[in-house]
Parts: sequence; structure tokens; C-alpha cells
Amino acid sequence: MLNETLIPKVGVITDIRIDTPDVKTFRVVGTDGKKLFEHIPGQCAMVSVPGVGEGMFSITSSPTNTEFMEFSIKRCGCLTTVLHALEEGQQITVRGPYGNGFPVEDPEKLKGKDLLFVAGGIGLAPLRSVINYVRDKRENYGKVQIVYGSRSKDDLVDYKEILDEWMATPDFDVYLTIDREQEGWDGHVGFVPNYVKELTPDLGKTVLMCGPPVMIKFTLAGLKELGFKETQVFTTMELRMKCAIGKCGRCNIGNKYVCKDGPVFSFDQLSELPSEY
Amino acid sequence: MFRLPVERLDELFAMVSAAQTLYIPADGKDSRAHYTKWEEGIKLSNALNTVRSAKDFFFPQTTNLCDFNKKDKEIEIIDNRTESEDFVVFGVRACDTRSFTILDKVFLVDPVDSYYATRREHGTVVTLACTEPEETCFCGVFGIDAASPEGDAACWIADGYLYITANTEKGEKFISLVSSLLEESSDEAVEAQKKATAEIMSRLPFNDIDTSYFRKNTLLEIFNSDHWKKLSEACIGCGTCTFVCPTCQCYDIKDYDTGCGIKRYRTWDSCMYSDFTKTAGGNPRTSQVERFRQRFMHKLVYFPDNNNEEFGCVGCGRCISRCPISMNIVKVIKTFGEVQ
Ligand SMILES: Cc1cc2nc3c(=O)[nH]c(=O)nc-3n(C[C@H](O)[C@H](O)[C@H](O)COP(=O)(O)OP(=O)(O)OC[C@H]3O[C@@H](n4cnc5c(N)ncnc54)[C@H](O)[C@@H]3O)c2cc1C
Ligand code: SF4
Ligand code: SF4
Ligand code: FES
Repeated sequence: MLNETLIPKVGVITDIRIDTPDVKTFRVVGTDGKKLFEHIPGQCAMVSVPGVGEGMFSITSSPTNTEFMEFSIKRCGCLTTVLHALEEGQQITVRGPYGNGFPVEDPEKLKGKDLLFVAGGIGLAPLRSVINYVRDKRENYGKVQIVYGSRSKDDLVDYKEILDEWMATPDFDVYLTIDREQEGWDGHVGFVPNYVKELTPDLGKTVLMCGPPVMIKFTLAGLKELGFKETQVFTTMELRMKCAIGKCGRCNIGNKYVCKDGPVFSFDQLSELPSEY
Repeated sequence: MFRLPVERLDELFAMVSAAQTLYIPADGKDSRAHYTKWEEGIKLSNALNTVRSAKDFFFPQTTNLCDFNKKDKEIEIIDNRTESEDFVVFGVRACDTRSFTILDKVFLVDPVDSYYATRREHGTVVTLACTEPEETCFCGVFGIDAASPEGDAACWIADGYLYITANTEKGEKFISLVSSLLEESSDEAVEAQKKATAEIMSRLPFNDIDTSYFRKNTLLEIFNSDHWKKLSEACIGCGTCTFVCPTCQCYDIKDYDTGCGIKRYRTWDSCMYSDFTKTAGGNPRTSQVERFRQRFMHKLVYFPDNNNEEFGCVGCGRCISRCPISMNIVKVIKTFGEVQ
């Protein structure tokens, strides 16, 4: 019998971290205790609670993690609410990996380059995989700048990892910002697009950007004003998905299927496609 | 080329169905043709084509993908796919036959859809040439010859005989299965019929519609055209055009809790429906204009872009005769074609 990607594998939740009031990070392994499958940073998987539904989530852990996979999941509807109510030891189903991922090994695009990561809210999930990959393969990449913003201090996902690990990595500059003043926060206050502009990043950098559509729109405009080219800036797209393999006809932007040809696109690619997203 | 007198068709059907399940177009209670499992007494329909397309055989309206059992914290996944049995679909028209090649380009590219692949592998397609194409037919626009259908074996009914020839190994197997009923024959009658049908085809109203606009202009130019608004104005989003279409392949995946286990199945879906692309964050296609545009952009621009210029329509005309507001792909093609 042919292998069938639509039939998932059983995964076990071995750890649940409460990141923010509406984001939890789930650690998942196979029933044999090993990682379910290998992936490229930026690739995704279909996670499901049978009987409830299936949803696409970025594999937020780095492929360099040999023990498990992680998903950071924001509660926003039916499936995600059920996922948030699960306990450790619970089994779920997972299929993947899906999508193209970031071109981490492409010397024209990412490899050997200085990198600027721009994230907003849960948009950190796909970028975290790349950031930790770059940390583990430090010698292959240049300087790293990370600008991450959220509504409030409590909405910053992976806050502990950012403070303890990213900020302590040589040649990693991390800039956090929150939308409004808040007690106990003495960091930067303001929206991500303005912060990025204030920082006047070096034009040689490759930019990886992920977050809410408004953030993307204004950050891109700001970067272009500074002189960045669309070919230098990558993002991930989020459309409704069912099959995740370019067959169910649901997630296309023009002639590209986001599940298969994406979710990672550079802005010069997107500029040739309809803005139907 | 082999042949058999038409009066003996029943014998042929009986012989085939003794070995494999056989489906043929037969008139239903509604006096229209539907693919029907052959048994004694079922007669081949004279209708030009079936109400539903033949895609049902390879991509049925619902497919059970797998089942789940849940107990406490554990999940058991049950892969209940079975080797499907060999079957024959007889009397498939040239347009529907070409639709399989189009669906192959979706379901048989990596990662292969095993449900579809298994059915393709086990199904033999025996086609039947058209002799009386109707006004809604425009298969010729897509390089399909209604008088010489593709498929594993092709048939013609002419001068009181059924003529048959094999195109593939499966077709040869089919012929050898029924060879005791067949006699070898010249193809004179078939050639004469091909000429007569070509003559009728050339006089059909949509025979010469011009699709070149969709290959000469850029995706964004076509996408951003003002025509879509006007064309989609009356569309009620019923999705009929997508369900009757032999090349429409959009699907949904759903779970159903039976009370003693969960069934995951896929069903046909339609890009014409308002919730097709709806997410927690909004909907990229907020009105029927965008949904309508998607259907035709897919068939006329996106599919050819990704598949060596081949259009995703076979000109079967079903959407023309079934749309409640009389909108269809021909009107779309003509509207754009006229402005070039
Ligand atoms: C490529 C990709 C990567 C993603 N990565 C993450 C991630 O790392 N973390 C995370 O929290 N979320 C991520 N999402 C969004 C996540 O898929 C949805 O939030 C989730 O499917 C919502 O399901 P629900 O049943 O709770 O919501 P409901 O609103 O109840 O869902 C109804 C239907 O809409 C679909 N849907 C709803 N919202 C979205 C959405 N934003 N995108 C796509 N489909 C949606 C659901 O799958 C479901 O079929 C990603 C989406 C895509 C396409
Ligand atoms: S779009 Fe209409 S004419 Fe073309 S294949 Fe589909 S149903 Fe037939
Ligand atoms: S059949 Fe006609 S009205 Fe119905 S969705 Fe198709 S184009 Fe619209
Ligand atoms: S999710 Fe099915 S085509 Fe992309």
C-alpha cells in the first residue's frame, strides 16, 4: 500500500509551557519517544485532535533540536481552544513537514549573511526555528539583529528564552518593544515598524519578517524607504489550509499554493501575485 | 479494429461484468443519463453525456481517509484503506476522459494521493465517440477530438456495429476479455463517422472561441480586470458549476464522531462558497466577485501556468447547462477574448 501523507502519525505531548495568556508551547514526540520527523526552519505541520479538526502550525523548534518538536499555539477558535485544554501525556496527531521553509542554506539569501528578524506577537513562532538554527550554526551566519514586539510585556512569547539565551549569544542584538507603557517595563515602547526604522539597519542584511498584516505592511514600507530591496525581505503567509500538499485548492495566492510553494515568500515573489491574502 | 453487432452489446456487458464491476451510462427515472452498475436489463443510454461527470469513479464525492479510536489520553489511527477491485467504466466521452489526465496532474504528482492512485490503477476506461455533439460542447477548443476519444480502449457505434480498439495495455486486456464476441474489421465505418462528427463540430456555436487572451496577458492584468465584477454580478454562489465539473478538484477534510470512533473523510468542496477561505483572522475572498474570479482564474490562468499551458477545462458544457443564472466559462472566455 502506498504511503499516504493525509494519514497522520500519533504524537505525545510531553511538556506544555504557558507563554502568554493565549499562547502555549507544546513539546511533542512520537510514541517511541523520538522526534516525529525532520524539518527545515519555517516548515509547518498539521496538528490535530481527532474529532475536533486539524490545523497548520509552524514547527517553532529548530531542526538542530534532536529530541523533540515544539509548536507555539495561540488560542483563537475551536481546535486551538481544545488544544489549550490538553494535559501532558495526551496524544494528538501530527503530519508533515509541509511547505518550503526559509532558504537557510542558500548563500545568495541567508547563509553567510547578517540577518534582521522582525516579529510581532505569535509571528515569532516560525522565526524562532530559524533563530535557534542560526544560534546552533553560528559560524555559518553573520550578525543577528532581532526586533520583537507585542501588545504588552505579558504577550511576548518565549520571553525566558529570549532573555536567558538569545540576549546572551555573541553578535545577537535583541530589541524588544511593547505597544503601550506598562508598569514594570523599562524597555522600548512603540510599534515594531517605527522601531525598525529608528534602528536604521544596515542595508546588507537579509530580513525575515513575520507578524500581523499591519506590522508587515508598515515595516516593509519603512525598509524600502531605507533602501532595502524586496528580494532581501522574506515573510510567511497564512491562509486557510486543509490538505497541506497543494491538492485541496484552498490556499492559493494566484498560481502559488501557500502550503506547498510557501509559506515562505520573498516580497519580490509576492509582488508578482495578486494581493489576495 | 474489432467489432460486434450492437444487438449483442448485452452479451459483452454480461461477459465483462462476470469478471469485473462494470458501469455504463443508463437512463434513470429522471430520463437523464447516470453511470449505473450494469446488471441484466440495464441498457446503454443514448444521451450525449451523463449528468454527473465520470470523475466520481476516481475522486468520489466522499472518501474515508482513516479512522481514529480515542481512549483516555491515547489515540489509535486506523488505516482502513483496502486494495480496491478492478472495475470498468464504459461509454466515457472524450471530454470526461481528458479530465482524468487533468486530475492526474493534481493527484498523481508528489506526494501522490493514494486513494486516487489506487482507483486509477484498478479502473479501465472504455470510451465512446460522440456522434451528435450539442450546442454546449466545446471540447475542440482544448484540442480534444470528440470523434476519437482517448482512454484505455475507444469505441464507436456506427452502422449497427460497436467498433473497438485498444489504446493501452489495459485496453488490450479488456478486448481480450471479450474477444470471443468480437470479429476483426476494417475501420471504414469509423473513419466515415469521424468525418461526419468533425463536420458537426465545426458548426457548433462555441467551437471557435478564442482562449489566447489568457495566455498572452499577465496573471495580474487578468486578475485585476474590471470584467470580473460584471461577470459575477448574478452568481448566487450555489457551487453547482464546481460539482458537475469533471476537472474541479477542491476538497474539504472533516471528522465525524460516530459514537464508537471517529471517521476522517474528505468531501468535494467549492471555491464558490463563502467560507472556503475563511480563517480566524478574516477572509481573503470577501465577496462573490473574488470567489467567482478564483474559479475561472484557476482553470484559465493558474492551472495552465503550472501545467505546461494546459487549460483546466475540457469543454464538456455541464456548467453551461446547469448554472441557474446562465453564467459559464464560455461567457468568461468570450468577454475577455473580445477586448483584446
Ligand atoms: C502556514 C501556517 C502556519 C501557522 N502557524 C501557526 C503557529 O505557529 N501558531 C499558531 O498559533 N497559529 C498558526 N497558524 C494559524 C492556525 O492554523 C490557526 O490559528 C488555527 O488553524 C485556528 O484553528 P481553530 O480551529 O482554533 O480556529 P477556528 O476559527 O475555529 O477555525 C475554523 C477553521 O479555519 C481555519 N483557520 C482559522 N484561523 C486560521 C488561520 N489564521 N490560518 C489558517 N487557517 C485558519 C481552521 O484551521 C479551521 O479549519 C498558522 C497557519 C498557517 C496557514
Ligand atoms: S468548466 Fe464547465 S465546460 Fe469546463 S470542464 Fe468544467 S463543467 Fe465542463
Ligand atoms: S453554477 Fe452559476 S450561480 Fe452557481 S456558483 Fe456556478 S456560476 Fe455561480
Ligand atoms: S492546503 Fe490544500 S492546497 Fe494548500
